[in-house]
Amino acid sequence: MRAPAALPWLLLAPALLATVVLVFAPAADTLWLSLHNVVLFRPRVRPFVGLANYAAMLEDAEFWAGLGRSLLWVVAGVGLQFLLGFAAALLLNRQFGWRTLARALIIVPWALPSVIIGLVWTWMLDFNLGLINEIGLRLGLLAVPVPWLSQPATAMAAVILAIVWQGFPFFAVTLLAGLQAIPPEHYEAAAIDGAGRVAAFRHVTLPGLAPVIATALLLRMIWVANSLDLILVMTGGGPGTSTQTLPLYAFLRAWSGADYGYGSALAVVLTLLLLGVVVAYAVRSAR
Amino acid sequence: MRRLRRILGTDLPVAAILAFALLPWLWMVLSSLRPESDYARYPVRLLPDTLTLANHIELLARTSFAQNMRDSLIVAAGAVSTGLLLSLPAAYAFSRLRFPGRRALRVQFLVVNMFPVVMLILPLFVLLRDFRLLDTYFALIIGHATFTLPFAIWLLTSYIDGIPAELDEAAMIDGATRLQLMIRVVLPLAAPGLVAVGIYLFIASWNEYLFALMLAGRNVRTVTVALQSFIGENQVHWGLLTAGGTLVALPAVVLFLFAQKRLVGGLTGGAVKG
Repeated sequence: MRAPAALPWLLLAPALLATVVLVFAPAADTLWLSLHNVVLFRPRVRPFVGLANYAAMLEDAEFWAGLGRSLLWVVAGVGLQFLLGFAAALLLNRQFGWRTLARALIIVPWALPSVIIGLVWTWMLDFNLGLINEIGLRLGLLAVPVPWLSQPATAMAAVILAIVWQGFPFFAVTLLAGLQAIPPEHYEAAAIDGAGRVAAFRHVTLPGLAPVIATALLLRMIWVANSLDLILVMTGGGPGTSTQTLPLYAFLRAWSGADYGYGSALAVVLTLLLLGVVVAYAVRSAR
Repeated sequence: MRRLRRILGTDLPVAAILAFALLPWLWMVLSSLRPESDYARYPVRLLPDTLTLANHIELLARTSFAQNMRDSLIVAAGAVSTGLLLSLPAAYAFSRLRFPGRRALRVQFLVVNMFPVVMLILPLFVLLRDFRLLDTYFALIIGHATFTLPFAIWLLTSYIDGIPAELDEAAMIDGATRLQLMIRVVLPLAAPGLVAVGIYLFIASWNEYLFALMLAGRNVRTVTVALQSFIGENQVHWGLLTAGGTLVALPAVVLFLFAQKRLVGGLTGGAVKG
C-alpha cells in the first residue's frame, strides 16, 4: 500500500500545531524569561541577566528546602502508593467471590479531581468535625484532637496521605493487569521445580512484572513531582512554608511574588531534574 | 479450616484496602446528606438521625453552582470533540503509515507529558491575553485538549493497531480512496476505542483545576475552581461544600467505572508487551 509522502504530515499537522503552540513555544518562552529580570509591575523593562536567576537559587534557602520537600513528597508519596497498590494487586489476583466488584470499586479515588481529594481529606482531618480525630479519640489513640493541617510537624504527612490515597489504585490496576499477563505455565514450571510460594514470587512474579513496575513508577513519579494542585488546595504550601514543594514554590514566586524571571528559572530546574530521570530510565530500558 | 484461612488471608485484607479507598469518599457523601444541625454538634455523630437533600438543593438554588456545572460541561464537551479531532488522524498515521521521523515524533508526543504546568502557564497566560482569549471557553477547551493529546494518541494508536491491516488492503483493492477507507472501515471499527478515549478526555477536562484557575475563572468558572473558592470563604460551610464535592465527583466516578476495562487495558497494553 503506497501513500503519498505528504499524507502522514497532513494527518499529524493539527496535533503537532497544537503541541508546538501550546507546549513547546511556552516552554521555550519560559526558558528565555528565566534569563531575564521580569517583574509584574514593569513588564516592558526586562533586563537580560544571564544566569543570575540560577545563581541566586544556590543562595536561596527556600529553594533547597523546597527541593528537599519535593524529594520527600515523591519518594514517600510514590513509594507508599506503590507498596499499597502492589499488595492490593496481589490480593485482587486471587480467587474469591466478590473479586469483580472489588476490582471495580478500588478505582474510585483515582477518578476524583484533585480539588475533591483535597476537600475529602481536609474534611477527614478537620480539627473539630473530622472523622480522623473523632475515631482517634474514641479508640484512645489520641489524647486531644490534633490540628493536622495547621501544624508543620503533621501537615506534610497529611498531604502525603492524600496523594497516596489518590494514586494507589493506579498501581493496583496496572500491576493487576501485569500479573494477569504472566503465563500460568511459568508458575506450573516453577512448582514442578519444587519452588515454594516465596521462590515463585521472586523468580516468576517479580521478573514478569518488572517492565510494568518500571513504567508505572516512572509515569507516577513524573506526575506526582509536577502536581501542585492537591497541596495548593489543602494547605497552600503552609503552615509557613512547611508543605511548599518545588513546583509550588515556582508557582507562588511567579504569581503571588510576581517575580516571573526567578519563578521561570525554578520551573526550568524542575523540568531538567525530571528530564534527567526520564533519560536515565530510557538509557536503562534500552540496554 | 481452609475457608477460614481464605477469609483471614484474602477477604479481610481486601475489605480493609477497599475501606481505605471508599470510606473517605463515602464520609463526604454522607456528610452532604446531613441536616444543618449536625454541623453544630460536638462531638461528631457518626451516623445522622435523618438524611436530607437540603444542602444539595441550597447549593443549586442559591449559589452559582448550576452555572459552574454548565461551564464545566461545555468545556469538557469541547475538549472531547477537539481532542478526538486532533488525535484520531495522528493515531491513524502512527499506526498505518511508515514515514521518516515516525519514531521521533511518537516520543515527542510523550515528552509533552513531562513539562510541569508551572513551566507553561505564564507564557500561555500572556499568549491568550494578547489574543483576548483569556477567560473564554475556547482557552480552556484548547488547553485541555492539547494536554491530554499524548495519552489520547497513545491509546488510539494501540486500538487502531488492533484492527487487522488486511481489512484496509481489501478495501483498497475494491477501489476505496484512503479517505473513504478511514471513514468507512477504520472509524467504525475504532468506535469502542474512540468512546474510551472520549471518556478519558471528558474526565481529564472535568477534573482539571490549575488551567481552569489561571486561564479563566471569572466569566467561565468551572466546578473545580468554584468549589475551591467556597473553601476559601471566611466561614466554611461544610454542608454546601460536601454537597458540591459529591456532585462534582459523580460524573467522573460513574464514567470511570463504565470505561475502566478499556482505559486500563490501553494504558497497560504498551507496558505489558514491552
